[in-house]
Amino acid sequence: MIFYHFGKYILLLKSVFRRPEKASIYKREIFKEMVDIGLGSLGIISIISIFIGAVTTVQTAFQLVSDLIPKSIIGSITRDSTILELSPTICSLVLAGKIGSSIASQIGTMRVTEQIDALEIMGINAPGYLILPKLLAGVLMIPLLVIIAIFLSITGGYFAGVASGAVTAAEYIQGLTTDFIPFTVTVAMVKAVIFAFIITTVSSYQGFYTDGGALEVGQSSTKAVVISCISILVADYIIAQLLL
Amino acid sequence: MITAENIHKSFGDNQVLKGINAEFKPGTTSLIIGGSGSGKTTLLKCMVGLHEPTDGTVEYDNRNFTTMNFEERIAIRKEIGMLFQSSALFDSMTVEENIMFPLNMFTEQPKKEKLERVNFVLERVNLAGKNKLYPSELSGGMMKRVGIARAIAMNPKYLFCDEPNSGLDPKTSILIDELIKEITEEYDITTIIVTHDMNSVMGIGEYILFLHQGQKWWEGSKEEITSTNNQELNDFVFATKLMETLLKK
Repeated sequence: MIFYHFGKYILLLKSVFRRPEKASIYKREIFKEMVDIGLGSLGIISIISIFIGAVTTVQTAFQLVSDLIPKSIIGSITRDSTILELSPTICSLVLAGKIGSSIASQIGTMRVTEQIDALEIMGINAPGYLILPKLLAGVLMIPLLVIIAIFLSITGGYFAGVASGAVTAAEYIQGLTTDFIPFTVTVAMVKAVIFAFIITTVSSYQGFYTDGGALEVGQSSTKAVVISCISILVADYIIAQLLL
Repeated sequence: MITAENIHKSFGDNQVLKGINAEFKPGTTSLIIGGSGSGKTTLLKCMVGLHEPTDGTVEYDNRNFTTMNFEERIAIRKEIGMLFQSSALFDSMTVEENIMFPLNMFTEQPKKEKLERVNFVLERVNLAGKNKLYPSELSGGMMKRVGIARAIAMNPKYLFCDEPNSGLDPKTSILIDELIKEITEEYDITTIIVTHDMNSVMGIGEYILFLHQGQKWWEGSKEEITSTNNQELNDFVFATKLMETLLKK
């Protein structure tokens, strides 16, 4: 069964990458999706990022009981955990819930109300028209959201650390700038792009092959979130193994 | 002309169509009728390529649609207009954007010309001035008429209608039927309508194909339909008391 769905998913992707009928219309759709995915998710990403950074700093400080370890290490730990794991992965899991369910229900509703059939009858490549703009918008905007999340997370950690007295501002900044490996940012960006691909395509697949009515649209939406989240975590492990 | 030859369609073990043969002529309103589950909509979907027939061929003016590749099918589909049972209007677009959508996608006309075409087809379906309304603001009959306007916006050679009267009151149904018939004759379109509405059959049916249990059970004209000895067809035609009463009169 899993191979059947994977094969169908690959065939759908093949249709997605067919030559667009009219580039200008696709361009307009891509910008619309970029606003929906990017700006529409900025609020929630900002809030969770600030708190993830704050919690990481406070909990790291709590575990550092030895006087032999410099306090600046709190900044380093917050920085590396945020860049490598927390920002790309947690943000993508949240986005899988927000964007993934929205994509699946939007495309699923179009399927059950025959709007996709109408596109096909007009001679439009429905997978390309419906999925490609979402995919490109996701791949462009989710890495940007992850960059913002990293920045806000580290800032949140700074304020929480200083406010609680767990670390001084100077120690935190010293920790941030010590032994920084720029490659970790590359890893975060690779994760963000792959996770964006997973979220948009898995959710589109679930929506595109919805069969039935309102109940099935809801089920597709739930499946899209669950499968996206699991795929993100599996991909996270594979990327970590391959790149680190 | 559209020709369906020996069309079979199965979904798993369920054989829905069992070798349908039919010819639909241009400028003629052809009706596919039959009870629920008889395979009418499946046949229609096989003809437009929304379902792939398990066996058999569909030809559009001697062009074999079944064996065509994706690009060739796209070319044929630009000659097809279709009215869906649910109207299938894009709910995020206004009436004007819905009708303009295929024009935007496939023509290089300036916006003014496209707008003129939109206004022309809207006037044709008696909806002039409704350009800026969204589908959610329209009644069922208006949605069907916008569906027809969108279907004819690209001057199709073939028009398919899936249950155009479903969910409409008898008066609006007659208006929709008459509109489809007028458009068919005006533009010499090959029109195929799937319906189980006997008012439509008696009103606009020129060629009628009756399906029963996935097979072609009967074909003929609306004049012949009431005088046939076919038991299944009679059961279908005279299922409504109205038909029986009218015929007795």
